[in-house]
Amino acid sequence: MTDANLTDFDNEASFGDYFALLKPRVMSLVIFTALVGILVAPTTLHPIEALSAILFIAIGAGASGALNMWWDADIDAVMVRTSKRSVPAGKVQPGEALAIGLALSGMSVIMLGLATNWLAAGLLAFTIFFYAVVYTMWLKRWTPQNIVIGGAAGAFPPMIGWVAVTGSISVESVLMFALIFMWTPPHFWALALFLRKDYDNAGVPMLTVTHGRRVTRNHILIYTLLLAPVAVGLGFTSVGGPVYLAGAVLMNAWFVKGAFEIWRRDEDMAEADRYKTEKAFFKFSIFYLFLHFGAILVDLTLRGLGVL
Amino acid sequence: MALKAEHEIHKRRFSRNMGVGLALVGFAALMFGLSVVKVQSIGAVQGFDHVLRPELLEKSK
Repeated sequence: MTDANLTDFDNEASFGDYFALLKPRVMSLVIFTALVGILVAPTTLHPIEALSAILFIAIGAGASGALNMWWDADIDAVMVRTSKRSVPAGKVQPGEALAIGLALSGMSVIMLGLATNWLAAGLLAFTIFFYAVVYTMWLKRWTPQNIVIGGAAGAFPPMIGWVAVTGSISVESVLMFALIFMWTPPHFWALALFLRKDYDNAGVPMLTVTHGRRVTRNHILIYTLLLAPVAVGLGFTSVGGPVYLAGAVLMNAWFVKGAFEIWRRDEDMAEADRYKTEKAFFKFSIFYLFLHFGAILVDLTLRGLGVL
Repeated sequence: MALKAEHEIHKRRFSRNMGVGLALVGFAALMFGLSVVKVQSIGAVQGFDHVLRPELLEKSK
């Protein structure tokens, strides 16, 4: 041991650095949508079972995030947005991220199976596999459709929540899945429009890099138009209600309008106002998803209170 | 001169140990709660290992 090592503590990880491997911000969306899936299901779980289900779904999602950070450390180091993540920052060793990812994956799947049922556990295992292997290892560096298909991983949590309670997949859970699945591409492509240099440098084949920005703008509009009927359609199932339906119509009208404006613009216009429209669309897209699932909860509460 | 000067690294290590410790205690508490719920959901369980079950006594009469 040399003297240099005695003071070389700056890169020793804190608890927060390990926790950051689980992508807490993504996890918050997973927890929220899984919670909605559990609450709107026609049957109920004991509160402790429901708490366990949400926790293990969240840990499973976090584990897939850790595996993603292990595999993508080289890309993350190049992109400004991700260069401060624990592994590229040198705080957590890649091997540690892999070990944490694998251990938490196994633990969360088995515990979800024991706490609820094995169909839900199987879906969680598939989600982790899909995000870590199909998306991270295979699609992300290979095809510009990476986020379209990879979006499925983020779309599973409300379905897993629903299945954890009911033990079966139904039209409501499929539509909740479809809502997040169709929402992901416009959300990320809007981000890619104003973060282009990042993806260029990392060599990730985002649509903006491979097919250009005109095509990306077209794709945002097409996917937003396909998203709207799915989002509104969910309002006509058993989980929908007047609040959701009204909210969905308004938000989708706004979203389609935003996508249309993005479609109408070209690069010169976007450069001129520093991607104001694209940034506003991206920001709204985050609220869009939270508000849709929030509206489902509002309708549920009103039904519970006997107002509806 | 204070010999116990505490380096920032000790705080960081303490926070890490505390974090892992609390996570494990929380997990154990959840497992206990879950076990209680699962056992209760089975319904009433009879346990007459070393005495005769009342129903059997009834029958033999």
